[in-house]
Amino acid sequence: MGATTTKIVAVTGNQAVAEALRQLNPDVMPAYPITPSTGIMESFTKFVSDGKVDTETILVESEHSAMSACIGASAAGGRVATATSAQGLALMWEMLHIASGYRLPILMALVNRALSAPLNIHGDHSDGMGMRDCSWIQLFSENAQEAYDNTIMAYRIAEHKDVRLPIAVNMDGFIISHSIESMTFIPDAEVKKFVGDYIAIDPLLDIDHPKSIGALVLPDYYMEHKRAQHEAMLNAKKVISDVSAEFARLFGRKYDLFESYRLEDAEVVLVALNSAAGTIKDEVDRYREKGVKAGLLKPRVFRPFPYEEVGAALKNAKAVCVMDRADSYGGYGPLFMEIASAVQPHRGPVLFNKVYGLGGRDLMPLDVDQLIDETIEVAKTGKAKMVKEYITVRN
Amino acid sequence: MHKVFSRPSSLKDKPFRYCPGCSHGVLHRIVGETIDLLGVRDRAIGIAPVGCAVFAYDYFNIDMIEVPHGRPPAIATGMKRSRPEAIVFSYQGDGDLAAIGTAEIVHAAARGENITVIFVNNGNYGMTGGQMAPTTLPGQKTTTTPGGRDVRLAGNPLRMCEMLATLDGPVYIERVSVDSPRNVQNATKAIQRAFKNQIEGRGFSFVEALSMCPTDWGLTPKQALEWVRNSMMKYYPLGVYKDIGSAQGVKGQERMGQV
Repeated sequence: MGATTTKIVAVTGNQAVAEALRQLNPDVMPAYPITPSTGIMESFTKFVSDGKVDTETILVESEHSAMSACIGASAAGGRVATATSAQGLALMWEMLHIASGYRLPILMALVNRALSAPLNIHGDHSDGMGMRDCSWIQLFSENAQEAYDNTIMAYRIAEHKDVRLPIAVNMDGFIISHSIESMTFIPDAEVKKFVGDYIAIDPLLDIDHPKSIGALVLPDYYMEHKRAQHEAMLNAKKVISDVSAEFARLFGRKYDLFESYRLEDAEVVLVALNSAAGTIKDEVDRYREKGVKAGLLKPRVFRPFPYEEVGAALKNAKAVCVMDRADSYGGYGPLFMEIASAVQPHRGPVLFNKVYGLGGRDLMPLDVDQLIDETIEVAKTGKAKMVKEYITVRN
Repeated sequence: MHKVFSRPSSLKDKPFRYCPGCSHGVLHRIVGETIDLLGVRDRAIGIAPVGCAVFAYDYFNIDMIEVPHGRPPAIATGMKRSRPEAIVFSYQGDGDLAAIGTAEIVHAAARGENITVIFVNNGNYGMTGGQMAPTTLPGQKTTTTPGGRDVRLAGNPLRMCEMLATLDGPVYIERVSVDSPRNVQNATKAIQRAFKNQIEGRGFSFVEALSMCPTDWGLTPKQALEWVRNSMMKYYPLGVYKDIGSAQGVKGQERMGQV
């Protein structure tokens, strides 16, 4: 634990991320308001208005333009951030690939929300999963503290010379973005020291060295660019671990590629992203008291996905229930597919997949109990009745 | 006893959930009464935007569709071309029509689509909590312009009627307000004409209504009315911006339901 003096504050997830962004003090922040991420820009524009940041905010006319402006500002040589959710992210999709293809370390606060139609503003992971293949680093956060910490670490990861990729920090819409919880902020000076000054690589504003970005590359060199992005993603794994270790040393909060909760000797394991993990931890504790060897694996880094590490962590489990708050209709849930890929070399536990909480439907402790009970049953029989099923849904 | 008022059958018997002092209720009723009056309820299709009026489908007793942010004019184009007999109108706010959907409205107008557009301008993004919109007045305070809109940073407001009036496509463009009984009557006439144009196959009609947003403006309804009159109308003058061979006002016998 570092010698940091921190005071406990009561803030929403949106306020926590806005505070992190204030401390990061980006050069440019283009955005377009969309529920439930709106609060981030609202708090942030107040910081701008009060002269607490040097950031140029641009209130653009759509998210497509927001990400386009991010790309322009980042290519010019600025440190850049934006915030969005759901439809906003969907509208950015074309530009997401361009941001990563240009290798621009843009930071996005992504407040997870269900995608239309039917229209819904509540939290699920459909938006984040939709950007899976866009070559953005994806960090997931259980609560406001994790969202804040991930945001503080984001530029260190994205801007690393071995990475140079954009990064999205996810947190659950409403459940986290709008709920007040107690957490701690790191003092400004320490954040500044931890993050460091931005050194742009090949910025367009270096007018003594003119260059072109985004040139046409046909079959002759396109694959080399894409392969380089994949390599950068693989490099990101080590950078994330290193930055997280430094963060833990300085500020005391430990993060890794994923969180293991009572996992070492667990026989029945639940896997879930973001806020559901909080509910699951309580129920894991209850089952542990009853003598059931239950555990939780909560991925923090979804891209790059830590296949080897997750595979090793799950190889001794008997049954694993992978919970998806998004679906790949006609396929398995996106998290399930990753976990299946991770455990495949180990011939390890029996896996099954539950889709829960779409459109913000609550996951109650009792729902988690039912899942743990079913996982115990699967561990006993060695067989899952159905590989994939929705829970808490009308027939 | 003479019955002086009934709820238009084009509106459901459902209380509006809009904020006190908001103009959506008045405008919904004008649109509902117009559809009744022109006898097109059985073939009217309304398009709800994203924004406060996203729930318009809860209030209109006609076929409604809710579509992605800013896209109503494009959806309306597809609808009207596949079902020319349908009376298709979009009901959009300024965040929807003048920001994310600017391209759609400009091109639908340029093509002269035979649709009716009701544009509700309250100078901010109401539903998300009062952020700056393209229509926010210079100096106007919003949650994202806490010191007032600085045009050097945030640009100048868009005047949609004036912009669209430069195009050859539209037949009828008018800006109205619903801040007084007299202006409500004028707005009613304008909306009637905009629907009649479509029924008679004349082409693209666009009615912009200045609307109050007391909640997000941080004003009482009375102060909000004054803001509409003293600030909005100065930047967004009321009046007809384009009228090329458009339908005349609804006549006496038509009011009796003999259209």
